[in-house]
Amino acid sequence: MSGTTSKSGTAAPLSEGGAAPRRVGGGSSGPVRSERRRRLYRWDLKWSPYAFVAPFFVFFLAFGLFPLLYTGWASLHQVELTAPNDMEWIGLRNFSRLMEDEFFWNALRNTLTIGVLSTVPQLLIALGIAHLLNYKLRGSMFFRVAILTPYATSVAAATLVFVMLFGRDIGMINWALGQVGFGPVDWENGKWTSQLAVSTIVVWRWTGYNALIYLAAMQAIPNDLYESAALDGATRWQQFVHVTIPSLRPTILFTVVVSTIGATQLFGEPLLFNRGGGASGGANHQFQTLGLYLYEQGWVNLHLGRASAIAWTMFLILLLIGAVNWLVGRRLRKSS
Amino acid sequence: MTTLTPADRVAPQAPPAPRKGRRGKARAGKHLHGGKFTYAVLIVFTVISLFPLVWTAIAASRDNHRLAQNPPPFWFGGNLFKNLEIAWTDANMGTALLNTAIVAGSITVGTVVFSTLAGFAFAKLRFRFKNILLLLVIGTMMVPPQLSVVPLYMMVAKLQWTDQLQAVILPTLVSAFGVFFMRQYLIGALPTELIEAARVDGASSMRIVWHVVFPAARPAMAVLGMLTFVMAWNDFFWPIIALTQNGSPTVQVALTGLGRGYIPDQSVIMAGALLGTLPLLAVFVLFGKQIVGGIMQGAVKG
Repeated sequence: MSGTTSKSGTAAPLSEGGAAPRRVGGGSSGPVRSERRRRLYRWDLKWSPYAFVAPFFVFFLAFGLFPLLYTGWASLHQVELTAPNDMEWIGLRNFSRLMEDEFFWNALRNTLTIGVLSTVPQLLIALGIAHLLNYKLRGSMFFRVAILTPYATSVAAATLVFVMLFGRDIGMINWALGQVGFGPVDWENGKWTSQLAVSTIVVWRWTGYNALIYLAAMQAIPNDLYESAALDGATRWQQFVHVTIPSLRPTILFTVVVSTIGATQLFGEPLLFNRGGGASGGANHQFQTLGLYLYEQGWVNLHLGRASAIAWTMFLILLLIGAVNWLVGRRLRKSS
Repeated sequence: MTTLTPADRVAPQAPPAPRKGRRGKARAGKHLHGGKFTYAVLIVFTVISLFPLVWTAIAASRDNHRLAQNPPPFWFGGNLFKNLEIAWTDANMGTALLNTAIVAGSITVGTVVFSTLAGFAFAKLRFRFKNILLLLVIGTMMVPPQLSVVPLYMMVAKLQWTDQLQAVILPTLVSAFGVFFMRQYLIGALPTELIEAARVDGASSMRIVWHVVFPAARPAMAVLGMLTFVMAWNDFFWPIIALTQNGSPTVQVALTGLGRGYIPDQSVIMAGALLGTLPLLAVFVLFGKQIVGGIMQGAVKG
């Protein structure tokens, strides 16, 4: 472990500087030994905290911070996947070309609509389910585990199944729609239908997870709040609106931020929903997200510089969303 | 949202003298029993949650011919083991499962150990720059993986790690969430007096970690381990860039190959999806309760 190396590394210079107390200790070996132990103890106290946090920061610097900054550097260059070491400085041209690229704007729009289509229902349903789970129930643990099971399913496996369920001619969903008199829907090729289908996969995988987070927050609400509301004559619905929701505000904001970040990065679902393969997000790019567009530019078209520019643009969008969230949160806090 | 109103009406009004929660904590709503409507909605939701998984198994047990007919099959056929075998050999699912186990196992051990060490330092030790460093840790949780994927790929290519498992393991070996999670847990769960007492007895920091911190952190370590394992097993974005289907893929990368018509047979694709999901389902059946508890605990503290 790196803990021992960094400790012994710092021990050497200190032991030279610490020669002075030895004179005070005199000749006998007893005080010298205890002095040495005391010094060891002090080094230990001083340096081991750094040793304990070191592994995290070593890996973080190598595989987190350095790549992060290097992406910014690469976004100002023309770099091809075939020769990643040949970097030609082109300034902001990657960014300006992005702004002119209709596929970038298409991907941005799709990310936004799929994000709304998946995040809003996901969180609303989760809130409702959490409220129900908060009642005293038989088998409540069974329900909790069951609704969390989709979370254990991988993007790849889930999407493969949903591709079949959403099949046009033989899919379960169109079959069920047919039973109630609706014609078959071409889920993969329509713009809205394909986005709805991709969003469904996201909603399916994450609703239970969010419901548990809401449930945890609901159980932390003190009972007195409900009792005094009940004394004031509030119905259960009014209690839910005026006690539960306000108490959950920070948690709701937290889940909104987390799901928004997740929605911005959406990648696996649209990649695998496209059965023809490729990262185009359907024949007409109808469900190509920013994440998919980045992958297409970098690893299909081999333009790593442009891919880096897309990555930084995504980051800026996230910061923007974060700022808006923060402002909304502050507004809400003030108004309450 | 509208589904809530009827449930509320079913629930008895004005609770009779609220009982204390089981652990002495007052728990909102706990004294109210769910009505029939509550159970009905929850059962419907459970069915929706589990149906795609069950149907994966149904489709995997049929043959391609039956899957191409309308209506789709609702019950199991007899081809499950044949399809699993084809997926196992032709699509290399066996190797992929082994690779994923190695990757997810290493990432889990690394994340849990390093997070506990760092979390302990942030929770209980004093050192310079502690607050700045902690802020840095929390800040990194916001950075999307897309932002570092291009240079990571360049690094991996330069080190000639493409298609090797360390390309997937090393960049994910530590987790900011893990550090934060352990810190929050240890602040409350590890009495500072215990550390001071050990210091008075002359224990070194390493000894304290081994004999005091690890035992105190064990419940949180288990939860973090399970969450990390699920996440690492399902990781998709980076593995599909760093690994290929023909090299040493993880299950997720292998499944991508199946989905893209590597294997044209639908029932075999579903058998592969089933193989990739089963290990985690087993983890869920065994530890579901603890995972649920961990997510809820992390939610309140985070």
